[in-house]
Amino acid sequence: MRTLFYTIKQSFIQFGRNFNMSIISIFAITCMMMILSLFFILAINVNAAAETVKGEYDSIELFLLDETSEEDAQVMIDDMKKQEGVADAYYKTKDEAMAEFKERWGENGYLLDSLEDNPLPNSVVIQIADLEKADALAERASSYEGVEDVKYYKGTVDKLLRATRFIQISAVIIMIFLIIVSIIIVSNTIKLTVFNRSDEISIMKYVGATNWFIRGPFLVEGIIIGVISAAIAVGVTAFAYDKLVDAVGDQVYSMLSMPMVPGDFLIYNFAWIFVALGVAVGSCGSIISMRRFLNA
Amino acid sequence: MIVFENVTKRYKSNVALDNVSVKINKGDFVFLVGPSGAGKSTFIKLILKEIKADKGTVKVKDIDVTKLSARGVPKLRRNIGIVFQDFRLLPKKTVYENVAFAMEIIHKPRKLIKKDVPQVLTMMGILDKANKYPDELSAGEQQRVAIARAIVNKPRILIADEPTGNLDPNTAWEIMQLLNDLNQHGITILMVTHAKDIVDKMGKRVIAIEDGKIVRDEFGMYGYQEALAAGNESAFDTISVNRRRTIKRRFRRGGGR
Repeated sequence: MRTLFYTIKQSFIQFGRNFNMSIISIFAITCMMMILSLFFILAINVNAAAETVKGEYDSIELFLLDETSEEDAQVMIDDMKKQEGVADAYYKTKDEAMAEFKERWGENGYLLDSLEDNPLPNSVVIQIADLEKADALAERASSYEGVEDVKYYKGTVDKLLRATRFIQISAVIIMIFLIIVSIIIVSNTIKLTVFNRSDEISIMKYVGATNWFIRGPFLVEGIIIGVISAAIAVGVTAFAYDKLVDAVGDQVYSMLSMPMVPGDFLIYNFAWIFVALGVAVGSCGSIISMRRFLNA
Repeated sequence: MIVFENVTKRYKSNVALDNVSVKINKGDFVFLVGPSGAGKSTFIKLILKEIKADKGTVKVKDIDVTKLSARGVPKLRRNIGIVFQDFRLLPKKTVYENVAFAMEIIHKPRKLIKKDVPQVLTMMGILDKANKYPDELSAGEQQRVAIARAIVNKPRILIADEPTGNLDPNTAWEIMQLLNDLNQHGITILMVTHAKDIVDKMGKRVIAIEDGKIVRDEFGMYGYQEALAAGNESAFDTISVNRRRTIKRRFRRGGGR
């Protein structure tokens, strides 16, 4: 208990003595973390988008000719349900389709009210469980009598998933790179304090202080730097992202027909991740900088 | 208390200690002498486990130092007090704080610190200097503080690495009296030195190391004909230490001039 108190007190004293350097490294790591958060947010949004798209497009939609009756459609549905790789199949009337359309257009939905007739066709929607089977199912469906067109987005989905994966992997690589740079910045800052106190450290070693006891204050100093940086970065990012969602969220929704991940949800989750990251970066940095001093 | 058995230590191709066996008993007062680079520092570093022996075993108080894990090193060092030629006091702490520091960092209770520190300062005759900073003290007084710090945790062994190297002969002799007193109280003392007159006057056990070998182990004299040369070496060491401190001080002040 007293040790803990000593450790924390020492770390703040060190932080104060090394104030300029500490502030500079906090600034640098905050910048790193903000860039990091940018990629993090990008990755999360892309991921969410991909999920939405997958959910929306892992289906085949059969647009029916106007003269095709609901009974004919039912025959198709029954046949499809017998096929392997089909999760569900159901009938969608043109009115339902129109309602969906309006919902997707959101505020601009009133534009559709000016249409006199509903130009949309009735359709049969087939939910696919196994994307591998999608091609065969699409082909079978197009052979049905009374089907005008088969809408099927496998190519799009594939391309999208590939793009998503690419973005995710690059984001991860960049994040790792940024984390390493942050660790190096912390370790250099701590190295300065270690250097300033090298006399003290050597005496502590000779008297028989344990390595962890010697390391303690530096560890906490690193963690302070990391956590402050993370807190600032999270605060700034949260503020900026909130504004961004307010400003362009609606446009994004109507353009890509999917919502941005809401700010509250995102920040709440990623605040913890970033604080943890701050702790990790700070402690790694100081342990690295101490390593040489504690050998022997 | 300290036992070396066939200990060899090499630095790259350089042999620092060559198959050394020696036994220092409990309560001994031993001078370790020999030219610079003969292996004296290596000898001490092996006891403290700052370095690892290539061959042989080193035992301190029944602890096999050669087999000690990194975790055990602090425990070993709590049994050993160390005094250096350049004192190594912390300049921003008072005399009292410097000594108390040694107790604080191994988690001694505050009550005990309040009792033991004044006691040991009294023993060293510097209780009246307790609230002064090291740079307000004479060299002899600083060395007394260093000794106080070394013994405040009641180690059984005290290693003194040229403790009189920075002191004038009278002060050096006072320090030797203190060490002798400690030895009377049962502390085993191992002192590295180049000071011929001190060794001769004390008449204690002398271990001489040359080229990594123990060439002499007997009671009595410093025994080097080339004592003058050794003395010069010691003087040279002193200069370099002083210079180093000046440079360091300048650096602390923020460089320049």
